Amino acid sequence: MASHLPPKSTTQHSQPATAGVASQAHATPRGIKRWLLTTNHKEIGTLYLVLSLTMFFVGGLFAMVIRAELFQPGLQLVEPEFFNQMTTMHGLIMIFGAVMPAFVGLANWMVPLQVGAPDMALPRLNNFSFWLLPVAFTLLLSTFFMPGGAPNFGWTSYAPLSTTYSPPSTTFFIFSLHLAGISSILGAINIIATILNLRAPGMRLMDMPLFVWTWLITAFLLIAVMPILAGVITMMLLDINFGTSFFSAAGGGDPVLFQHLFWFFGHPEVYIMILPAFGIVSVIIPTFARKPLFGYASMVYATASIAILSFLVWAHHMFTVGLPLVAELFFMYSTMLIAVPTGVKVFNWVTTLFRGSITFEPPMLFALAFVVLFTIGGFSGLMLAISPADFQYHDTYFVVAHFHYVLVPGAVFAIMAGVYYWLPKWTGHYPNLRLGQWHFWLSVIGVNLTFFPMHFAGLAGMPRRIPDYALQFADFNMVTSLGAFMFGASQLLFVAVIVMCIRGGEKAPAKAWEGGEDLEWTVPSPAPLHTFETPPDFQPRQH
Amino acid sequence: MRMRLVRTAVGMALTGPFEVVLANGWNMPVGVTDLSRDIHTLHMVIFWICVVIGIVVFGAIFYSLFRYRRSRGAKASHFHEHTTVEVIWTVIPLLILVAMAIPATATLRDMYDASEADMDVLITGQQWRWRYEYRGEDVAFISSLATPREQIEGQAAKGEHYLREVDQPLVLPVDRKVRLLMTSDDVIHSWWVPDLGVKQDAMPGYINENWVRINEPGTYRGQCAELCGRDHAFMPVVVEAVEPEQFDSWLAERKAAAAEAAMGLDREWGLDELMERGEQVYGTICASCHQPDGGGSPPTFPALAGNQALMDDRERHIETVINGVSGAPMPAFRNTLDPVEIAAVITYERNAWGNETGDSVQPSAIAERIAD
Amino acid sequence: MSGGSYYVPVSSKWPVLASLAMGAIMAGAGTLLVFGRAGVPVMVIGLLAVLAVMTLWFRDVIHESRSGLYDARMDRSFRWGMGWFIFSEVMFFAAFFGTLFYVRTFALPWLDGEGAKGVAALLWPDFTASWPLLEPPDKAIQGPHETFSPWHLPLVNTLILVSSSITLTVAHEGLKEGYRTTARHWLTGTVLLGTCFIAIQGFEYHEAYTHYGITLQAGIYGATFFLMTGFHGLHVIIGTIILISILGRVIRGHFSRDDHFAFEAAAWYWHFVDVVWIGLFTFVYVF
Repeated sequence: MASHLPPKSTTQHSQPATAGVASQAHATPRGIKRWLLTTNHKEIGTLYLVLSLTMFFVGGLFAMVIRAELFQPGLQLVEPEFFNQMTTMHGLIMIFGAVMPAFVGLANWMVPLQVGAPDMALPRLNNFSFWLLPVAFTLLLSTFFMPGGAPNFGWTSYAPLSTTYSPPSTTFFIFSLHLAGISSILGAINIIATILNLRAPGMRLMDMPLFVWTWLITAFLLIAVMPILAGVITMMLLDINFGTSFFSAAGGGDPVLFQHLFWFFGHPEVYIMILPAFGIVSVIIPTFARKPLFGYASMVYATASIAILSFLVWAHHMFTVGLPLVAELFFMYSTMLIAVPTGVKVFNWVTTLFRGSITFEPPMLFALAFVVLFTIGGFSGLMLAISPADFQYHDTYFVVAHFHYVLVPGAVFAIMAGVYYWLPKWTGHYPNLRLGQWHFWLSVIGVNLTFFPMHFAGLAGMPRRIPDYALQFADFNMVTSLGAFMFGASQLLFVAVIVMCIRGGEKAPAKAWEGGEDLEWTVPSPAPLHTFETPPDFQPRQH
Repeated sequence: MRMRLVRTAVGMALTGPFEVVLANGWNMPVGVTDLSRDIHTLHMVIFWICVVIGIVVFGAIFYSLFRYRRSRGAKASHFHEHTTVEVIWTVIPLLILVAMAIPATATLRDMYDASEADMDVLITGQQWRWRYEYRGEDVAFISSLATPREQIEGQAAKGEHYLREVDQPLVLPVDRKVRLLMTSDDVIHSWWVPDLGVKQDAMPGYINENWVRINEPGTYRGQCAELCGRDHAFMPVVVEAVEPEQFDSWLAERKAAAAEAAMGLDREWGLDELMERGEQVYGTICASCHQPDGGGSPPTFPALAGNQALMDDRERHIETVINGVSGAPMPAFRNTLDPVEIAAVITYERNAWGNETGDSVQPSAIAERIAD
Repeated sequence: MSGGSYYVPVSSKWPVLASLAMGAIMAGAGTLLVFGRAGVPVMVIGLLAVLAVMTLWFRDVIHESRSGLYDARMDRSFRWGMGWFIFSEVMFFAAFFGTLFYVRTFALPWLDGEGAKGVAALLWPDFTASWPLLEPPDKAIQGPHETFSPWHLPLVNTLILVSSSITLTVAHEGLKEGYRTTARHWLTGTVLLGTCFIAIQGFEYHEAYTHYGITLQAGIYGATFFLMTGFHGLHVIIGTIILISILGRVIRGHFSRDDHFAFEAAAWYWHFVDVVWIGLFTFVYVF
């Protein structure tokens, strides 16, 4: 039980004597205004995380509707049109509302703490980035109440289903994505400025924790591709409302052009959702293996290679749209190449475990599950890269299984690992260990029950985005639905753990995990509102 | 050719242990064309590569987790770099990938070689059915879902081929190379039959090529694979592969029938027979959007019942059905339906559900307009 | 790196108000496009609110800057921020240049029966690819009957914008040397040139619609033409507004010889807009 407690000698740091002193120096507004007007990176980080958790449940609710309808063949609960709205909004909310804000929230909290900065570089801009999101999602969710309902063309919004044939609410969907995109770009600018400009004296780039590194690269990707999304949805807007023909052959355009632009954004976007997860796992595994990360430099280079390659692989989402043979070959080769740096990362994590001294606190459990299950998603990704085989996999549940493996036990588990890891720093209390373990095991079982059978359903020929299916897919779907209900329900435990941890629990010292070596473990737990107002004295670890 | 033999042999070796699983529909079907077999082989090869790597990696993880637990008294060592090892695990995957890319490239080249086909079939996706045209043969028909509504809504027991049955399947000859040209009248669809190893998107305004040479007669089922709107799940593909001679006589029959249908253009049709034919066409073609009761689903699909503006403007009604509405979901039916069907359905729409205009539209008039 | 004293502002109400104002613009514009005029007041209120909030927000920043609260690191944060913001704008235009390239190199030849996907010509037997595209594949779409000669107004506009970059540089040099009056005059010149550009562009749009048949609905040529020149024009308008406010600050004597990042940021933005125009002139008008 007490295995996570560090040796007594280091607990002296935890005296909260200095906590709060700094915060009283500035007169901060109280109550709701405090949260609306804040410029503090920790408060904004909390806001992001709360928004993300809320959206995780909203998107999760949509997933439950989908799985309930698919529990057995036939149409039972919802009309096909509403079903399509559910799949679309589930994707949009989970990507733009749950996963991305969660990583930005973690970055807000932890990047300044890990580089020894007093706050984010541009604190007011930071607050602006956050508050754009609730506005954007209010706008997005309001589409449910419009005539014709919410967007129903899938999160990928392929024209012309999303233009000529779309419900009127599509215009609002486009505007809400514009707001979310602006938020992401400004947030990314802030993170880059913080990392490049506000590091503690003596901290070189190659001394930064990997979470910071991966976020630096992610922020670059965000700034590079969110404008592309803005551009392509603007073209949609014009096709819908102003009679242009970007995506219509009748006027000389091409529906495939939409897909090229969308995936030029969309593939880097996929890595935007996984690189910070790599960073979190790369920080957690060394902590609980009590051993430095193996191959720090190669981790950094692998992350950078993945980011660069992400600009060269977009059309592997489009193998069946009728690309010329050369294009098909180019994108097959470049996509296969991604397996190399990704493999390096996995091998590095495994080698970090090798000959360590390992304990299994909840953050570590989630991080380990990440490594195993993300790798399974990587394998199916490699299979999907083989273009001729992709002609059979494409748009089936095999693809759904693949991207859910990298996004749920991938990105989402990494986020949960990060939350468990840093909760002591945020609240000053350890999360309840026993409940955390329950949450972990139920999640792991639920996730695999949900997504593993999808591989079989897809290979056997079940297309994605259908509300009803042929009888041979019935068993797979029933298992999947049961798993999904289990996974969904077990997330209530996660909320319980967090709430309990905020309200009380075993007190955590400054260095909450004995293997934690980064700067955040040098400030008291809970971290006072203002930290590192004077830059800390940074000593590079001996390599 | 030798390459192909090697690939087939490899494929059989790899699938062997999975015979049982295959029979139960847990894996990609081997299919009935050379290409589908090649694809299946690639699939199995890459699958086993992943399994082997998985055993090594997961083995290492679980070994470490077990062996180096702190509760077993493990003391952490502090190594954190080893250039040789890092180079090895960069290079070996690279070599595996190159080895994998070679057969994949060969298969892809085969797939893209639609030249020297014996016949062309133009496949047109429409919300939510397929139209098949045997190019140069004057034979074309629409193929739509045959599963009754009651089965979908749970009021009747679901049949064996639930959602994978159509009124008229695509009939193809075995042992002949058939070039498939895909396009769409509205949104993107994707024509997919797993057993044939063909999945190709049907893009509006563009044409994609694929091809198939079926080795065994039989019925092969698939469905639309690209989200295409409300009834995306209800857009099956059924291909019936028959011996070449059988196919030739089938085609001759269809041609004769088509010629007969064209004869209807010569004569004056009565309101009742147009209404009867029109109701049938409306039910299979128009009702999916404009609803069986003509109520439509505004704003996207306008109502036809009680649509006074349309009833007052007969010309526009005819024009809309023949040429569609640019920038709206209404497709042009000039190539999809024959003049008799167009005349009949317009007549039906103008006289059903209380639209009692008393108009009848003659097939000959429609044929003339289309010819202009 | 200097130690300590990185300025972290106390709470501010501008960010949340700006978000709400942006939301109002978007909700208003959406309502206008989908449901009709009811959206106009919301959109206008949103626009005015954004302008007001930005003014007040920048007023705070200027005040802080002039009170000496910012150190060298803050200056670097601003520089990184502005630099990456301009990079994001570059990528926004990259999407449009990519569109133009794709349509001209792939889509149109394919529709005409050339290249790897030329079989598409079966659907458009009468179509001939050309650029500028005067006759779109579908005869129902009325293409432009004529396009602009690049060597008349577009060339004039190119010269205007290039000279405006030069005048701005002169103004900047003046500021750096401490010649405030020089800076003021040359900056005024830059603003005037920017305004001329906008006016000429407006006139060209008028011509496009009334005499040339180049409209948003005129097929892909009109669509790309207005998409690219339109968003560029919008950026020129924004840039001109920025320069006007900078001019106001120059007149008030805000900038010192070695500390005038706001001026530099505005200049960066203006040069970026200029570079985009040169791309447009080359690929939209000339070739």
